[in-house]
Amino acid sequence: MSTISCPECAAEITLAAGTEVGEIIVCPDCGVDLEIVALEPAAAQLAPMEQEDWGE
Amino acid sequence: MQRRLKIGVLYSRVRVEEKWIFGALEKRGMDYERLDDRAVHFDLEDPAPWRQYDVVLERSISYYNGLYALRLLNAFGVPTVNTASVAEICGDKLMTSAALAREGVPQPRNAAAFSVEAALEAIETFGYPVVLKPVVGSWGRLLAKVNDREAAEAILEHKSTLGSAQHSIFYIQEYIEKPGRDIRAIVIGERVVTAMYRKSEHWITNTARGGSGELCPITPEIEEMCLRAAKAVGGGVLGVDLVEHPERGLMVNEINHTMEFHTMQPLSGIDIAGEIVEYTAGVARMKG
Repeated sequence: MSTISCPECAAEITLAAGTEVGEIIVCPDCGVDLEIVALEPAAAQLAPMEQEDWGE
Repeated sequence: MQRRLKIGVLYSRVRVEEKWIFGALEKRGMDYERLDDRAVHFDLEDPAPWRQYDVVLERSISYYNGLYALRLLNAFGVPTVNTASVAEICGDKLMTSAALAREGVPQPRNAAAFSVEAALEAIETFGYPVVLKPVVGSWGRLLAKVNDREAAEAILEHKSTLGSAQHSIFYIQEYIEKPGRDIRAIVIGERVVTAMYRKSEHWITNTARGGSGELCPITPEIEEMCLRAAKAVGGGVLGVDLVEHPERGLMVNEINHTMEFHTMQPLSGIDIAGEIVEYTAGVARMKG
């Protein structure tokens, strides 16, 4: 099971099975959005802030 | 023997929808490539790297990234789902309204104006309340329900002062007293695949804003209206939003061209991602 450290609050986060690069997860401790940028080894960075033209 | 199709999927974030789409492609053993829209570039003198794709499915979270990618791909002769033309119409709510009006598809009354004074005049011909919407935007952001002239003056001033030039394209819509819900239907090609009610106590019923979903039976009226709406904007893979006007009945409010379906797929039990993949492969085969 991969774990990452939240770059905002340093919480240890265990990634769910099937987590993919490019996926956004929410830090359960501080609530910040994190983007998974690598899997072996797992790494995450703060996700880009929502832009005005984002949506569906 | 038929050549194996190569499908490109342009995306920004691997949301649950993208995971399901990748899964559906893998389940079918399809040859596909993940194209992060932040990592790709387009050399206009060298379209060959893009022409290796028989079709590109666009799932960008940024409207403009997706739109320009589609425009370039279509200029290169690469088929896309959806087409650039559909994205141009659906990504701009005023253009959607214009396309629906041209085809006589029922919709709320809409107006557009380019100055605060002209917008106020248009609003007062509708009567209060009205809704002011940004022409580009999603997830229910920056929608304003305007209850009286003072609020209209304030919001129009804010939009013209604080917003980009685009926010001074004032798009005005009559306010509809919805029965606490609207309808999101998914159209893929010539079929309405599924529909749900989006319920909320708030006048903005987007599930992105906390609205909840409940399955909606596809009545012949819903089916006909969705197919007409989809055709009016050029067709493809579309999320059609319908509202129920208390007197005038069903009407089309918006159409989304890179719709999310994380609520609808589990709710309906329909493999929407699989349907999108099948449709996308069909577009590629048509080119072949």
